Amino acid sequence: MPSQRDDVAAHAEAPVHIAVDRVHAAAPVGGIKIRARDVNVFYGEKQALFDVGLDVPERAVTALIGPSGCGKSTFLRSINRMNDTIPGCKVKGRIELDGEDINDRSIDPVVLRARVGMVFQKPNPFPKTIFENVAYGARIHGLTTSKSELEALVETSLKKAGLWGEVADRLHQPGTGLSGGQQQRLVIARAVAIRPQVLLMDEPCSALDPISTLKVEELINELKKEFTIVIVTHNMQQAARVSDYTAFMYVGDLIEFGNTDKLFTKPSMKQTEDYITGKYG
Amino acid sequence: MNTPNYKSHISSVFNAELEDVRQRVLAMGGLVEQQIVDATKALTEVDRVLADQVIRNDEKVNTMEVMIDDECSRILARRQPTASDLRLVYAVIKTITDLERMGDEAEKVARMASDLSDQERGMSPLVEVGHLSRHVSQMVRDALDSFARMDAESALACAAEDINIDREYEALMRQCITFMMEDPRTIRRVLDIMWAVRALERVGDHARNICEYVIYFVKGKDVRHISLEAMQREVREEGE
Repeated sequence: MPSQRDDVAAHAEAPVHIAVDRVHAAAPVGGIKIRARDVNVFYGEKQALFDVGLDVPERAVTALIGPSGCGKSTFLRSINRMNDTIPGCKVKGRIELDGEDINDRSIDPVVLRARVGMVFQKPNPFPKTIFENVAYGARIHGLTTSKSELEALVETSLKKAGLWGEVADRLHQPGTGLSGGQQQRLVIARAVAIRPQVLLMDEPCSALDPISTLKVEELINELKKEFTIVIVTHNMQQAARVSDYTAFMYVGDLIEFGNTDKLFTKPSMKQTEDYITGKYG
Repeated sequence: MNTPNYKSHISSVFNAELEDVRQRVLAMGGLVEQQIVDATKALTEVDRVLADQVIRNDEKVNTMEVMIDDECSRILARRQPTASDLRLVYAVIKTITDLERMGDEAEKVARMASDLSDQERGMSPLVEVGHLSRHVSQMVRDALDSFARMDAESALACAAEDINIDREYEALMRQCITFMMEDPRTIRRVLDIMWAVRALERVGDHARNICEYVIYFVKGKDVRHISLEAMQREVREEGE
């Protein structure tokens, strides 16, 4: 391969750049998308979150990790007020989306959830065609005015979800006929179609095989160029692979939050170190 | 075993990270090679300014080692590489250690050059030193080339060159001894040259080590501490 042979010659003469930019630039492109302060969540008498404060950077992937029951899903669900739907659940504290308090009375949770989409653990396509699954949200939110516009939206959403190539010729077959990994990407396309700003993902890969998991992870890496992503995962290796920032939570407390590189190589807190090295759980 | 392909992961970021780290090793190798060439030139042409430049540049080599190491530990922590990916990261970590030591040897040669520039000129085998250095630099270039192409066969051929370097080194040593016996006034000078020659010979050993890591990456076989013949058998034998 002569081209690679040239590599060496080129490098021998190349000027030496010591400060090479990292390919994995974790620095947020924008500012802070979600600002949480003193968030306390109660399920009846039981308190699930204690004074959680967290700044979620815009257009980056933030992972929430921690053992079961640590409150990571509870926190995630607070971001688009999914906890409102749970009887007896009370959320205190302040969560801002672009500086606006999402728990303010003037905020319509339906509108909020259009801005903050959610993808769940198990792929849950509607029992409709692939096309209708993606078009559904856009229709009810009145995002398109013509059939051709809707078709274009379905196509771009499926492309963004990396699924277009696999389903383009069977858009009118049921979404439930797809494989698990494809269904999860279909659900992501559905979420993306209503043009949210934030995507919340609650264990999006736990029901998928390793290859489908890697495909979804690669998709997350693409989506972060456009959306702010918060992902809850039990799989800390996945957090290490996909996220720019990681928050470690333990029994309702936020223990450590920081750059994923740092958290997985030199965590500040002993509890984080013990968890990510598998010393307790 | 086919040549491992580190560019076809589903994760494009992982591909980019491995490519980035590989490119950095090549850049570091290029710098080290230049250091060896410059150090020898400083020695044979008794150029103090160039010698000082080589000594200063060693800091850059060291910085590159630290940065690549840091990147590798980051990849290990975040990607948990396996199989050929793991061998690649491992080979990179080992390779840069040898490159850094080559850099140190070049610095030694430059220090000798600097010392020599303070002394009176006299008879010494500087032409032969230049020849050895060219041979060693070529070996370094070939080792980096086999690393760039991830080619076990060319790594093997390059490793075999070490024997010729050793022979040349022995011949130069004998010549130095002769100089010293003939005229004891040259002893101080010639001793400096012997140190430089020794440093160049060590560079050859480090280049051979790099070839061994390339074979480890490509074939998954550890060929350290074995004879050249055994190494050839390992490379040419198809994987079990």
